[in-house]
Amino acid sequence: MSEEQKKPATNALGLAKSEYKGGPSTMCKGCGHDRISEAVIQASYDLDIDARNILKMSGIGCSSKTPAYFLGNAMGLNSTHGRMPSFSTGAHVANTTMSPIGVSGDGDSASIGMGQFVHIIRRNPRMVYIIENNGVYGLTKGQFSATADRRSPSKRGAFPREASIDLCGLALELGATFIARSFSGDKKQLVPLLKAALSFDGLAFLDVISPCVTFNNHEGSTKSYTHQKEMGVTFHDPHYVSPQEQIDIEYAEGELQEVTLHDGSKLLLRKLEHEFDPTDRNASFAALQQTRNKGEVLTGLIHIDMEAESLAANAKMTREPLATLMQGDLRPAVGVLDRINGGFKI
Amino acid sequence: MNPVVNDFSIRIATPNGTGSQTSNIVIQRALIQMGLIASAKNLFPSNIAGLPTWFQIRVSPGGWQTMNPQWQVLLPLNQATIGRDLRESVPNTVVIENSDWKTADSEFEGLCRYSVPFDQLARKISNAKLRPRLKNLIYVGVVAQLFDIPMEKIRGALQTVFPGKEAVVDLNIEAAQIGFDFAAESLTKQDPWKYAAADQVGDQILLDGNEAAALGAIWGGVSVVAWYPITPASSLAEAVEKHIGRCRDSDPDGRNRFVVIQAEDELAAIGMALGAGWAGARSMTSTSGPGISLMAENLGLGYFAEIPTVVYDIQRVGPSTGLPTRTQQSDVLQVAFHSHGDTRFPFLIPACPIESFQFSCQAYDLAEKYQIPVIFLSDLDLGMNSWMSDPLPEPENDIHRGKIATDEVIARLDDWGRYKDVDGDGIPYRTIPGITLHPDAAHLTRGSGHDENAEYSESPEVYEQNLDRLARKIDGMVVDLPAPIRQDGDSTLGVIAYGTTDMAMREALESLEQKPSYLRLRSFPFHDEVESFIDDHEQILVIEQNQQGQMAQLLRMHFPQLAARIRSATYYGGLPLSAGFVKDSIEQPRRVEA
Repeated sequence: MSEEQKKPATNALGLAKSEYKGGPSTMCKGCGHDRISEAVIQASYDLDIDARNILKMSGIGCSSKTPAYFLGNAMGLNSTHGRMPSFSTGAHVANTTMSPIGVSGDGDSASIGMGQFVHIIRRNPRMVYIIENNGVYGLTKGQFSATADRRSPSKRGAFPREASIDLCGLALELGATFIARSFSGDKKQLVPLLKAALSFDGLAFLDVISPCVTFNNHEGSTKSYTHQKEMGVTFHDPHYVSPQEQIDIEYAEGELQEVTLHDGSKLLLRKLEHEFDPTDRNASFAALQQTRNKGEVLTGLIHIDMEAESLAANAKMTREPLATLMQGDLRPAVGVLDRINGGFKI
Repeated sequence: MNPVVNDFSIRIATPNGTGSQTSNIVIQRALIQMGLIASAKNLFPSNIAGLPTWFQIRVSPGGWQTMNPQWQVLLPLNQATIGRDLRESVPNTVVIENSDWKTADSEFEGLCRYSVPFDQLARKISNAKLRPRLKNLIYVGVVAQLFDIPMEKIRGALQTVFPGKEAVVDLNIEAAQIGFDFAAESLTKQDPWKYAAADQVGDQILLDGNEAAALGAIWGGVSVVAWYPITPASSLAEAVEKHIGRCRDSDPDGRNRFVVIQAEDELAAIGMALGAGWAGARSMTSTSGPGISLMAENLGLGYFAEIPTVVYDIQRVGPSTGLPTRTQQSDVLQVAFHSHGDTRFPFLIPACPIESFQFSCQAYDLAEKYQIPVIFLSDLDLGMNSWMSDPLPEPENDIHRGKIATDEVIARLDDWGRYKDVDGDGIPYRTIPGITLHPDAAHLTRGSGHDENAEYSESPEVYEQNLDRLARKIDGMVVDLPAPIRQDGDSTLGVIAYGTTDMAMREALESLEQKPSYLRLRSFPFHDEVESFIDDHEQILVIEQNQQGQMAQLLRMHFPQLAARIRSATYYGGLPLSAGFVKDSIEQPRRVEA
C-alpha cells in the first residue's frame, strides 16, 4: 500500500471521522444510546459539519450524558432534569447561526419535562430534538418511565399501572413540523433521518427506540432489541441527498417521494408496501394509529411540514448572533432617553 | 374655618374593573399639573372585576410619596365596602357619598357629609352607550369643584391619558362637568381641605418602578427576555416589549436585535434566560414569589455552572399564593441563598424609579463580569405604583461584557481552563459558543461536579476548591455593587432599612426631634460600611416589610460579634409602609424583638 492510501478518509473539511468523536462512553456495553451517538457522528461527518457550530444540549439521565461522547469539538450544556428544551430555546435565540442538537430521554421528556416538550413543539425553534427512548429510568435502577407500555413487564415481572405515552402521536397532535421515529439498531434509517433533521428549519423531533440492555431488554419488553426487530415496521426507506449531490439512484415510476428541505437538500423516500404521504397530517395520524392497533412500532419519517414558520422567523429575529452585540448595537443612542423621559412628563 | 392647603389624602373606594382607574389617575395627574407631587397608592384585589379596590392620593408640603394610613376625604363608591370604609374613617373625615344608595344615616355620624346623586347625574351623560364607564368621571368633577382643582387641569390630565384623542377627552370632560356643576350649585363647602397650585414638580416625571427597570434592562443591553405572567412582575416584561423595538435599532434588514418569549412557566423562563446567557446573549426573566420559588433549581445550575443572567423579583406577599396584589419584602433570605446546596446570590435593592433604572442597567454588567445570575429585588409598591421622579439619567458607564475567553485570550494564557482562576479574583474566562473556536475550548457545561477544565470530577478536593473559589468570587463582587447610603444623626441608635422602606423612613426621620443615624442597604453581599455602621451604634433597629426580620437575620449572620445589638421592627400586612409605623417603631418599639 502507498502512503496515500494509509491516510484515513476525510470529508470536505479535511476532517477524519474520528475527529467527530467525543470522550469514551460510560454507558453499559451494548446500550442503544452509544449507537445513536455513532449515528450523530456519522451524520455530522457526512454533512461536513464544523462541530464548533453545534450546541449539544441535554437534561439529566443516561441519555443526557451522551453529548460527552460525540462531537468533542462542540460546546455543550448539560442542564437540569427535564429542562433541556428551555435551555436549548434560550441558547438558540442567543445565536441562531448555531445548530442545537438536544438529547433527552423518555424520563427527561415524557415525565418531568413533559411541559417543556409540549411547549417547545408549539414554539418551533430550529433544532434537532432526540429522545433516546428505552421505557425505563436507568440511572436510578430500572423504574418504569411514562413510555413503558402497559403490557411490557419489568425484569421482575411487574407491569406498569399507568398508560404509556406515544411521543410521536403527541407531537403530531401538537403540530410538530418534523416527526420521525427510528431504532438505535437501524443505522441505515437513523443516519439519513438525522441528516434531514439537521437540514430542517424548525424543530426536528426524533423518537429513537434505544434498548436498555441492563433493565429493559428481556423477553416480553416492548423496548427490547428483539421486540423492535420483530414488530418494527416502516413505510419507506429514507435517502438523504445534500444540495451538492446528484440523485444517482434509480427508482421506478411513482416509487419515490421527494421532500426538499430548507437548505436545498432532499430527503428521498422510497415507498415500500404501503402508500403513505408523510406531508399529509391525516395520513400520519392514520399510520400511527393503524400500526399501534396491530402492536407494531412505526418507524421512519412520520410527518413533515415544510410550510410552518420557525421561532426565529416568527419573531422577526436578526440573522446575526445576539451573543456578539456590543455597546453600539445594544444601547439606545444618546437622546432616546430624553424622548422616553418626555413621555412620562405629565 | 381656616383652610388647610395641599396637605391631605383622598381615598376612593370602587369595585374593580368598572373603569374607575381612569378617573383616579386623572385626579392624580391634574394635581401634578397644578405643580403638586401627588402620590398615588393603588390597593387592588387579585381579581378582574367586582372585588373592592381603593385608590389613595396624597399631597403633602414635603412632597412625600408614602401612604398615609389615614385619609381626610373618602369617596365610598362601592356598596360592598361602604360600611367598612365609613367605620374606618376618623371623625370629621369628608365623605362624598352616593345619595342614590340607601345607607343607614347612623353610619355617617361624626363625618362631614356631601351627598351626590351619582346615578341620577349619570343619566345626563349624552352618550348612553358609554355611560357606565363615563359615570366615574362625575366624581372627578365633584372633587375638582370641592377642593379647587381647575377644570382645565382635569382636561390636561385627560389629554395625557388619551393622547391625541380629543373626542374621547371631550366625552370625559362632559361627564366631569356634570359633577362639577352639581357640586357648585348644590353643595356648600364645610371642610377645610383644598388644593392650590405650587411648584413641587419641576421637571419631574411620573412612572412606576417596573417600567423604569424595563428601560434599565434595555439600556443595559438585554436581548433575550423570557418571562411568565405573574402579578406584580408582568408589567416589567411587558414594558420591555413595549419599548425595546422603539429604542433599539434593527439590523440592516429591519429585523429585531432582541426576542421576547412568553414561556410556559417559570421553570422554562429561567431555563431560557440561562440558556441564552450561556450562549452569550444578555438575558433576563422577571417574576415574583411563586415564580422565584420555581426557579430555584435552575438558578442553582446558573450559580454553579457560572452562567450570567438577570432575574427580577418583584416581591409580593407570601408564603404560597399569599396576597398577590399586596407588597412585602419577604424574599430576602430566599434569594440570598436560593436553590439547594451552598449558594449565595448577589442582589440589588432599588428604592425609587431612578435606582430601578440604574440597578437594572448595571445588573447586566455585573452578571457578565461575575458570571452569575444577579437578582434585582424590588417589590409591588415600587414596581406597580406610580412615582414622581427626576428624569432617568443616561448611564455613566459603557457596557462591559466581562472576561471572555476569545481564541486570543486562550492562546495568551496558555493554561486557560473554563473554571481556572487565572487572575486570582475567582473569576474565570468564559467561553461563548461559536465565538470561542480554539481547539482547547470545547467543553460540556454541567451542574455536576467539575474541575478547572470543566471535566466531570467527583474529587472531594476539587469540589471544595471550586466552592471556595465561587465564594471568593462573590466576596469580591462587593466593590462593584451599589454601596449603602449612610446619614449620621445625633443618637446612639442606628436604623437600617432598604428598598421601599426608605421613603417612609425619610419622612419619619424628618419629624423626629432626636434623629437616629440611618443606613440604607442597596445590595447584598454587604459592604464593609455596613459592619462599621453597626459597630458605631449602641443599638441597631432594622425596619423592614416581612414578619421574620429577614434582613436583620442576614445581618446577624454576617456580623455575629455584633448580633446582640441588632433588633428588628417589622410590618407585614401588605399595604405600602407608612411613616407613622417607622416613627412609632423608633420612638416606642412595638413588635420589636431582640
